[in-house]
Amino acid sequence: MTQYRVLPGPEHFLPPAAASMGIYLPNPGEAHINGVIVPEEKAYEEAARQFLMAQVPTIFPGPLVLWAWNEKAAKKAAAVRSLYETLKECVQPGQKPMLIPMPDYRPKYPKINPEVEINPNHPNLTIWHNKIDCCMFIGVHCHQANLSLKIIRGGTSCYTVAMCAQAGHEDAMLSFRDASVEKILKLGEWIRKLKGTVKPRLTSAKTSASN
Amino acid sequence: MAETKSHIGTQNKKGQTYTDAWQMMHEAPRNPSFYTGSEVIKEALRRASCDVMIAYPITPQSEAAALIGELFAEGYIGDYFRGESEFAVMSQCAGAAFGGARVFTTTAGPGTMRAMENFPMWAGARLPIQMIVTCRGINSPLSIQPDTIEISYLLNTGMLVWHAETAQDFFDWILKGFMVSEEPEVHLPLALCCDGFFVTHTKDVVNLTPADMCLPPYDPYRSPVPCMDMECPPVRMMRDPFIMKSNYISYATHASWQQEIWAAIERSRKHTIKWINGLIDTENTDAEVVIVASGTAVSQGREAIRLLEDEGVRCGLIKVKSLRPWPGEEIREATKNAKHIFVPEFNVTGWLAKEIKATIPNSERVHAGPHVCGGMTMPPEIIVSEIKTALGLRSESLAGRGS
Repeated sequence: MTQYRVLPGPEHFLPPAAASMGIYLPNPGEAHINGVIVPEEKAYEEAARQFLMAQVPTIFPGPLVLWAWNEKAAKKAAAVRSLYETLKECVQPGQKPMLIPMPDYRPKYPKINPEVEINPNHPNLTIWHNKIDCCMFIGVHCHQANLSLKIIRGGTSCYTVAMCAQAGHEDAMLSFRDASVEKILKLGEWIRKLKGTVKPRLTSAKTSASN
Repeated sequence: MAETKSHIGTQNKKGQTYTDAWQMMHEAPRNPSFYTGSEVIKEALRRASCDVMIAYPITPQSEAAALIGELFAEGYIGDYFRGESEFAVMSQCAGAAFGGARVFTTTAGPGTMRAMENFPMWAGARLPIQMIVTCRGINSPLSIQPDTIEISYLLNTGMLVWHAETAQDFFDWILKGFMVSEEPEVHLPLALCCDGFFVTHTKDVVNLTPADMCLPPYDPYRSPVPCMDMECPPVRMMRDPFIMKSNYISYATHASWQQEIWAAIERSRKHTIKWINGLIDTENTDAEVVIVASGTAVSQGREAIRLLEDEGVRCGLIKVKSLRPWPGEEIREATKNAKHIFVPEFNVTGWLAKEIKATIPNSERVHAGPHVCGGMTMPPEIIVSEIKTALGLRSESLAGRGS
């Protein structure tokens, strides 16, 4: 049994992949928090709590939900939008929810515009620029999501959540698996349920997300 | 684009029924058949719903490659052709896999070495290609005979590497291998190795699954990377790669990418354990003397154990089935009682013994041998002799008859 835990960074110059440190992916019906397997229900509550606690809670939708490549993707996109609207309704003054897309995976040179997008090869730039302290990946291909999540953990203090349509992500601090429209909406319900019960982590711009 | 949907219960153009893979491999009736290893490869492929097979002749896999051509002619394989060389074949396999096909190929010895540049590329691009490696000698002077040295070169490519002992292993693992390597969190190529000739060219009774059942087709939409798209990595990466940029971000991204490949190997662990029933098999590991082997060295070890029992020496056996993922914990546990660990191998360097030494505590317990190579057989008597010598027991010379 590993003692390693997947925690907000900055962790290391080159942090290890959590899978290589003995962290396992959850089975269906489960999720993980910090690398510890938990019932999915517990993860909804914790993800909602982290969102409501953050100064800049952000959703990063990827190509699998940004493009209407099938009917399910279009429905998921609508659910993501709904989650974002819920988040905006439920945060307190001073909190700034964001929805920043990851439209593709091309390395962006000479420099990404971190105000309008995030890129899996240098996601830390978008995190730093917008002082994002909690984010959720959804609709990002698993390989690119893992790259991003590990780089974010390595160089920022952002709390990462993965709403994965496949088997989940060890490199996120909290990960769901088998993401569906219902699961996305259920997270929104939990945010609504916890509205007003979580004290936001409101700090000055200088001391928010590690940069 | 297509929605992901289940094909289970429907039929392909040959009238085979797409069957739940677990049911097909574990619950369906088996038919005993007497086949060579090469014929077994063909029979596994008949049931594999394979889209593309690309061939190039090199002994001892040529027969299998040719037999799969017959399957293509019969309509069981989507496409089949001969590449210009092994390097071309492996590059063409990559192209087919990038496009979302289930891809299979076979190679051996110098062919494996010639194509080597492609294997880390396959792994980095997360292409779940299956490659049969019928191991043979690779160095000059030329030898086509059995020798497992090429496996050592595959171990750090980022591929999954399994080592089959028998034709039955081969049949089952070809089909199960697709199930493991195509899991979205794994999605890596598999090098399924066997000892050339010993497995490919000898006949054995193999229990086959029904020929009217086949694996569900590969679903490329579960891939952890996009299918071929000229604007997206991995394809885009190849014309706008990280190496073209000299900055920390590029280096860090590439480092993270490499780590992800090895993380995927770790994730394959639970699926490999589930499908091939553990990364190792063990017998009598409470004994003070244990043989650890892979491939046909396991069979020779098993026979040596029988001979030793006749002489009152009790010996355990560990059959290493998967080399990547590496069964480190399993081997540590299975060797905890052993005072002497023998690792017979069909190669000159003893790569398996080195892996084991790096895995277990008190590695001085490991006796790296006996080794044979270049096509030599490994009579069980030389394993017995090695063990008896180490134990201080009298052992007759097997080297010759004297003058």
